[in-house]
Order: sequence, then C-alpha cells, then structure tokens
Amino acid sequence: MSQLPLDGNALAGPLSEVFSVDVTAAIGECAHCRRRGPMAETVVYASAPGLVARCPSCEVVVLRLVRDSGRAWLDLRGLICLQLAIPDDPEAEPANGT
Amino acid sequence: MARAAVLGRLSWRVGTVVALRDETSTARTIVLDVPGWPGHVAGQHVDLRLTAPDGYSTERSYSIASAPDGDRLELTVEPIPDGEVSPYLAGVLASGDQLELRGPVGGWFVWRPGTADPVFLVAGGSGLVPLMAMIRARELTGDESPFRLVYSVRDPASILYADELRRRARDDRGLDVTCAYTRMAPPGSPRPAGRIDASLLIAAGWPPDRRPAVFVCGPTGFVEAAANLLVDIGHDPRRVKTERFGSTGGSP
Amino acid sequence: MGIVSRGFGGRRRSSRPDLPPGQYLVEDFPVLSAGPTPRIDLGSWEFRVVTEDGSKRAWDWAAFRAMPSEDITVDLHCVTKWSKLGTRWAGVSLDAILGDIETAAEFALVGSYGGYTTNLPLEDLRSGQAWIAYAYDGGDLDPEHGGPARLLVPHLYLWKSAKWVNGIQLLDADEPGFWESVGYHNYGDPWREQRYWGD
Repeated sequence: MSQLPLDGNALAGPLSEVFSVDVTAAIGECAHCRRRGPMAETVVYASAPGLVARCPSCEVVVLRLVRDSGRAWLDLRGLICLQLAIPDDPEAEPANGT
Repeated sequence: MARAAVLGRLSWRVGTVVALRDETSTARTIVLDVPGWPGHVAGQHVDLRLTAPDGYSTERSYSIASAPDGDRLELTVEPIPDGEVSPYLAGVLASGDQLELRGPVGGWFVWRPGTADPVFLVAGGSGLVPLMAMIRARELTGDESPFRLVYSVRDPASILYADELRRRARDDRGLDVTCAYTRMAPPGSPRPAGRIDASLLIAAGWPPDRRPAVFVCGPTGFVEAAANLLVDIGHDPRRVKTERFGSTGGSP
Repeated sequence: MGIVSRGFGGRRRSSRPDLPPGQYLVEDFPVLSAGPTPRIDLGSWEFRVVTEDGSKRAWDWAAFRAMPSEDITVDLHCVTKWSKLGTRWAGVSLDAILGDIETAAEFALVGSYGGYTTNLPLEDLRSGQAWIAYAYDGGDLDPEHGGPARLLVPHLYLWKSAKWVNGIQLLDADEPGFWESVGYHNYGDPWREQRYWGD
C-alpha cells in the first residue's frame, strides 16, 4: 500500500499556517543542483512523520515541515533562497493564495 | 476579505453541507456554505479535516469545483475503494453536517480570467475537478479565452458533470470537449479505448504555436505521462502546469 | 481538537491500556516514507560500521546472511500514533554485528540508502535491543517496508528503525538525524511519549 508522491501544490495548505503569502508559486533554487522553479513542481512526500519536498531534478530534499500542536519546525536548508510574490497593496487582495 | 488580508495566516473554518448532488453512480458533489468565505480562484483547493469521537483526526485536500459564488463552494469526491476519507465524504456525509476546512490555498495551479491566452486542459479521472472550476469561472466572467478540454475517463458512465459538459460544449463555441475512454469506448466512437497519446493531444488540443496555458490534473501516473507527451509534441514546459492527486486519484 | 465529524470513524484502530500513551492499534501496516523507495541490488548491497577513529568493517549480502540470525517478535510504535503488536521478524542482532569492534564511542548515526539518517546512543543498539532485519512475517522484507534490510529498534519510536539501512557511524558526539534535526525528539521513548523536542 505505498503511495506515489504528490507535487508541491500539496504544500499550499500546511505552509499557509506559516507564511502569509502563497508558497506554491514561489520560485525556489535547489541548493544541490541549482535548479530554479516554482515550489509547486517539487516532489512531495506527505505520508512521512512530516512533509518532505524534494527537487524534481536531483531528488535532494529542499524543504521539511513538522507539525506538533502549537508549534511547527521548518527546514529550508535545501533551498538557496525562495523568491516570493508579495502583493504591494495588502488591502486590495486577500493575502493567501487568491 | 480584509480580515484575511490583515491576518494573512490561514486558520480552519467550519462549513455546513447544504446540498449533495450525485455526479455518477459513485461520485458526489458536496455543496458547502462557509460563512465569511473570502472567495477563491479557479484551480485552488481546500484541506478538509475530519475528527473521530476519540480525537483521531486526518486531513485531505480537495479541489474546489465551483466558480466563486459568495459563501458557497462545491467539492466533488470520487470514493476510492478502501479509502479512509473519500467513502465517508461520498457516502456518509449528509446535509446539515459540518466540515472543517482550510483555504483556499494554491497560487500556482490557478486560472484567472482576463489573460486572453488559449487554455488547454488535460484531465485524468477526478483530475477534472479543478479544471471544471476554470470552465465555470470562464463562463461566469464572460471571459473569451478559448478553452479545449481533453478528458480521460474509464468509460462513459464515469464522466463527471456529463450533462453540464455536453450542454456547455454545445452552447459555447469557445469550449471544445473531447473525452478519451481508457477501458470502454461507446459504440461508434471515433477512437478505440486506450490511454491518451500524442495524436489525441494534437487533434483535440491547441498547437504549441498558439502558446496555450496548459493545465494537467489527475493521478500522479496520468499527470507524468500526459505532461511528457505534451512536451514531446512541442509545448513549452514552462507553460504546462500540473497537479498530482497521488496514486489513486483524488485524495485517499 | 477539531469539531467532531458526524459518522466519521477513520481507519480501523483501537486503543488499549497496554499501549504507550497516545497510541492506537492498527490492523494494516502503514507505509511512511520521506522519499522514493530505493531499489537495491543484493549484489552491490553493503552494510558498513565506521568507528570514531575511522576504522571500517563491512559486510556484503552473503557475509551479512552468514551471521547468526534470530527470529524475534516485537511491538512497533510509530510517532504518528499507530502501533502494531507481535510483529515477527528475522534479523542479525547488533550485538553480533558490533561484537568484536573496538570502540569507545557513545553515539551512533545510522544511515540508509537514499540518504535518511537517525541517531541514538550506542548502548541502545546493544544488549538485545536492536537488529538488522531482513525478513518480516515469514517472508523477505518488502522494499516498501525497508527491504532488503532495515534497522529494528523496537523500544524507540519507529522512525529510529531506519529502512534500507546501509551503515552505522560510531561517534563521540551526538549528531541529530533526519527527523531529529527538524523537531522530532532526540531519543524518542514511546513510553515517555517523547515525540518532539522538549517532550
């Protein structure tokens, strides 16, 4: 009963508790192979004791998220950086996702 | 809307089931009323959280099937045999029941009206759901981007929104719908049953030189195969957006 | 706790007083993974122990299977709250593996094909507490459950029982592994419910 992995669209909900802007459209650069692309294209393993996102090119881990009640741990060491779109006018658009 | 913008970080809300609609002999659409719903963009999804009396809880993601409509949103669920959540949503949930949801989420696999690009939708089974939200949003806003849908299903009885798709394709010159049957094609079908292939995508979709926005959704295996075919026939990989539902189609 | 969903039961499970706190019994054997299932060819499989001063001992598959083996029945407790009692395995005890290896190290970092790691005090691998298991329930260990061989340390949460194990580094200083470095408890005793940092 093993599950094929999901993609980075599956990060949207869990990361909405941590970031106030959408992360799936954010561009990440893999620290291992330097591939750049939207986080939505990462390969996501959601059946682990936490969420793991891997580079679609080299499979190295780019993001890990663990959730307990009242706290979360986020490791982004696998990314060199994340380029996020932040709306200039917070009143004009709902912040997360839309 | 302003409250969500100020808070930013999402939290769980409670929606009430106001209607249920059978789509096929197994799949069902759930109509929810969610007070204070901030609106959504076609392609986004919600996370549902179910909790048993002993406190055990589990979460699953479901694509929003409906175009934005005030406090109302619709989800379509195809039950998976031995699934933990989908048989409950498709068979046990009743009008008046409440569901905890978080969303809308997802800012990449979305279609916004007003870009004028042709749109090429490729759906595998329940992967049609977020693409149907795009079709519905297009009609709601009167957007004129031409849409072509290739929808891979097992057989005619498995077609979600069958009557609606037929009506829309008939009445709207800007929408073309092609169904591809993997297990059993109807008699007289121009194409025998089988998986989608390059020739079908070429015949029923937009050519690469029209630079369509391409959206592919369905089980992981389907999405990988379809995305590879699209790139093989010349579509720009940066214009192909994919959403994988996992090995069994929809969330388990 | 969220609002209760009328009529929702979830996966078949039951609570029992003899389980560690917060656990429930399941009937299936859930598969949790942080990455793709490695496909390892037995011809190139190797298990290696490296001591704190760099000296190495390695076993290929034939040498490993020639080691004395035990049939064991143990309970499994996953940090995601499911437990499975009375699971049957065959494996080589870490006492046999570590037998004549000279070391003064206090800690171990266990590694797997695919890059997974987990850490624990060396003494938790000794004294009949740990095995490298190659068979489950009377048959070869399935790749999705960690085959060809996995670590089995049943007195700790199951994330310490590294699947697809390929070696152990013996260290003077503790080094948190894959999950320990991102929130999971450094030791992980299910009976003291040590799931996360600070528990």
